[in-house]
Amino acid sequence: MRVRRLAAWTALPLAVTLGLAACGSGGDGGSGGSDSSAVSIQIAEPQHLVPTNTTETSGSQVLAGLFSPLVDYDAQNQPYEVAAESVTSSDNKVWTIKLKDGYTFHNGEKVTSEDYVNAWNYGAYAPNGQGGSYFFEKIAGYEDLQGDKPKAREMSGLKKVDDLTFQVTLSAPYIDFKTMLGYNAFYPLPDAAFSAPGVLKDSYEQAPIGQGPFKMKGAWQHDSKIDVERYDAYPGEKPKVKDVEFRVYQQLSAAYADVLGDNLDVLPTIPTESLSNAPTDLGDRYKTSPMSSFQFLAFPTFDKNFSNPDVRKAISMAIDRDEITKSVFKGSQDPARSFVSPVLPGYRENTAGAAGEFNPTEAKKLYQAAGGPSKIVISYNGDGGHKDWVDATANQLKANLGVDVVGSAEPKFADLLTKVEKKQSVGMFRLGWVMDYPSMEDYLGPLYTTNGSSNYYGYSNPEFDKLVKEGSAAATQDEAIKKYQQAEDILAKDMPVIPLRFGENVFGHSSKVKNVEMDLFQRVNLVKIEAAG
Amino acid sequence: MFRYILRRLLQMVLAFFGTTLIVYALMFAGQGDPIQALAGERPVTEAQRAYLTEKYHLDATGVGGFFYRYFDYVRSLLQGDLGQSLTGRQIGDILQAAWPVTVKLALIALAVAIIFGVTAGVVAGIRRASIFDNSTLVLTLLVLGIPTIVLAPLAQYFLGVKWQLFPPTAGSEPTFYALLLPGIVLGSLSLATALRLTRTSVAENLRADYVRTARSKGLVKRRIVTVHVLRNSLIPVVTFLGVELGNLMSGAIITEGVFNIPGVGFNLFRGIRTEDGPLVVGIVSVLVVVYLVSNLVVDVLYAVLDPRIRYE
Repeated sequence: MRVRRLAAWTALPLAVTLGLAACGSGGDGGSGGSDSSAVSIQIAEPQHLVPTNTTETSGSQVLAGLFSPLVDYDAQNQPYEVAAESVTSSDNKVWTIKLKDGYTFHNGEKVTSEDYVNAWNYGAYAPNGQGGSYFFEKIAGYEDLQGDKPKAREMSGLKKVDDLTFQVTLSAPYIDFKTMLGYNAFYPLPDAAFSAPGVLKDSYEQAPIGQGPFKMKGAWQHDSKIDVERYDAYPGEKPKVKDVEFRVYQQLSAAYADVLGDNLDVLPTIPTESLSNAPTDLGDRYKTSPMSSFQFLAFPTFDKNFSNPDVRKAISMAIDRDEITKSVFKGSQDPARSFVSPVLPGYRENTAGAAGEFNPTEAKKLYQAAGGPSKIVISYNGDGGHKDWVDATANQLKANLGVDVVGSAEPKFADLLTKVEKKQSVGMFRLGWVMDYPSMEDYLGPLYTTNGSSNYYGYSNPEFDKLVKEGSAAATQDEAIKKYQQAEDILAKDMPVIPLRFGENVFGHSSKVKNVEMDLFQRVNLVKIEAAG
Repeated sequence: MFRYILRRLLQMVLAFFGTTLIVYALMFAGQGDPIQALAGERPVTEAQRAYLTEKYHLDATGVGGFFYRYFDYVRSLLQGDLGQSLTGRQIGDILQAAWPVTVKLALIALAVAIIFGVTAGVVAGIRRASIFDNSTLVLTLLVLGIPTIVLAPLAQYFLGVKWQLFPPTAGSEPTFYALLLPGIVLGSLSLATALRLTRTSVAENLRADYVRTARSKGLVKRRIVTVHVLRNSLIPVVTFLGVELGNLMSGAIITEGVFNIPGVGFNLFRGIRTEDGPLVVGIVSVLVVVYLVSNLVVDVLYAVLDPRIRYE
């Protein structure tokens, strides 16, 4: 009997300890404010909130509220000045950036040209490991900041002229430099962000101080939310709402349920599985807008099966893009028949020509004449929801070309890339691209030039490289676009990749907000959004 | 008794380090390219790659590299430092934020299982072959047959979105009410099992000799059931619930995802997806401790329920 009671007393504290640990940081959340001009927007947990280290959409969305860019893009996707008074150059090599007066950081510091110079140098300095460092590689002196033990901490191409003016010298003339400046890597950092020159405080990222329309309300609550409120001293266009809550969701489907229940205001991406119901579920709160994503199939150049351009063209002609965008994507993506996105200045429809048109009889004839392989593999990463359209494409090719076609899933994108890098047989493989800034060069350069950062398939054409280079060094936009278009024509001839689809923002919002707009970078426009009623 | 508990606690230390070694080895063996996994489909710049490789010793591969990295991990673990995730967050902070909400959810689920499962099981066991017994049989079979991945979105859609009885998602600092629906969904499977176990056990014990003796002694039925039968019937149920507590905490990946609860399951899922070794090892180690402690509690509770069981 005694033992039993003793045991009970021992078991109880153990059980209680387990239980109490649960109640540690309780507290009533009660999400959502009483202020009617508060909106909530879905994001994923950002990886980083330092401007030069933020390269994914969620972080970029938050930073877009906290910072104001030097330039933004108008309806034609041409840059116009926001935080900059002017961005000028006579030779496209030495650029003078003049800042608007009156901008202050959220801690009261006045924004000066030095804040830009410091931030960019921090971003470019290799030991800082910033994900956006490649944005600075066109600036003179960038190389000196690379390697394990860089020679310099500051780029020689950045020079402060006065408090509101600085000069950027590029290593080569670049026509689209002004366009580039809209990316979040080019935001300034306040003095308060640094603990010593060139050393960022660890705590900065937890509550970034910017010069934009919103300031942080408290710190970044990881995996939970980021609260921001209107910054009243912001000199630019004032936001219509007072508070914005960026709420972290792990799954889009959960966020979708919350939008339906008016528990969340804006869902920037409707999950694929809900695409067919969303228009009826949300009615006029279901919206679409242009976006820059581009999906395509690539042919590794080491695979001799595909070395004949006619084989590649035949495969392209055997794919019914309209059918796949309609049945698999429910119209949330558009068929692509060009090599750059339609949102760009200089985009032309149907540059792939006949190879972009669905023509099964011609395709089969061409394929057989060119001696295409009797078995085709389409590799894709299994974690990205690509199975449905890859299978649909494989079935179309099987039916239209009369050859054996199978989809092959690699667990992750990295596994696919590793295989391609090791020149293992992967057949055709899928890739996608989202632009950093609206210029044709941001597609042609990384995707198709010999040293392009995303040219995993090894396409190389000196003529093409030359035209892209000439385009970016051109004196005027018109000339640049002409060169870029000539380069694109070469792609149509060589067909290094098969364009498949252009993306759209497919988003939805609750009945509590109106004027919800999204930009090309999948970000909600925080200045325009309003509380309804 | 104390010696027994002390011995069990010492065993736990060994088990803990053994598990970290195994989990670390598994994560290490399965590691592809965590840097690319983190970047998604974006190209990774060389500077970024060099920086992360050096920071997390990702260039240390092979057997030697494994022990180098494992001992590095254990060394900082002994100093109370769980390390950093690949995005630079302290894993200790991540766990601190994730555990409370998961534990709350698991306890609600467990409470649901005990209150409804055990009660209904006792009633069904006493009234064998009644309408109540048969209908619980059908219901539990139904619940056991529907996986959480179906049940959770259905419950969310009907109870949360359509009829608006509960908030559709719980979020990171949920009220008790917001956690109720996910708790019920998570607990429903344990509820069904606990119900079946209790029912069988009660039905069996009702026919036991000691019950007949008690009845012939003239004890009232209520006392026979609540004191004698229930106590003896609970032994298998307690075993089950003790193990289930660990299961509820580690197995809430789906429920936490559907109801947007940033707990342990979510972080585990993210850790595995981004090949974040230290994060996975950290979470699994704590889970192991939970299992060990709940098993100890179960063992001690045996002695409470059945005086014949003694521990030396």
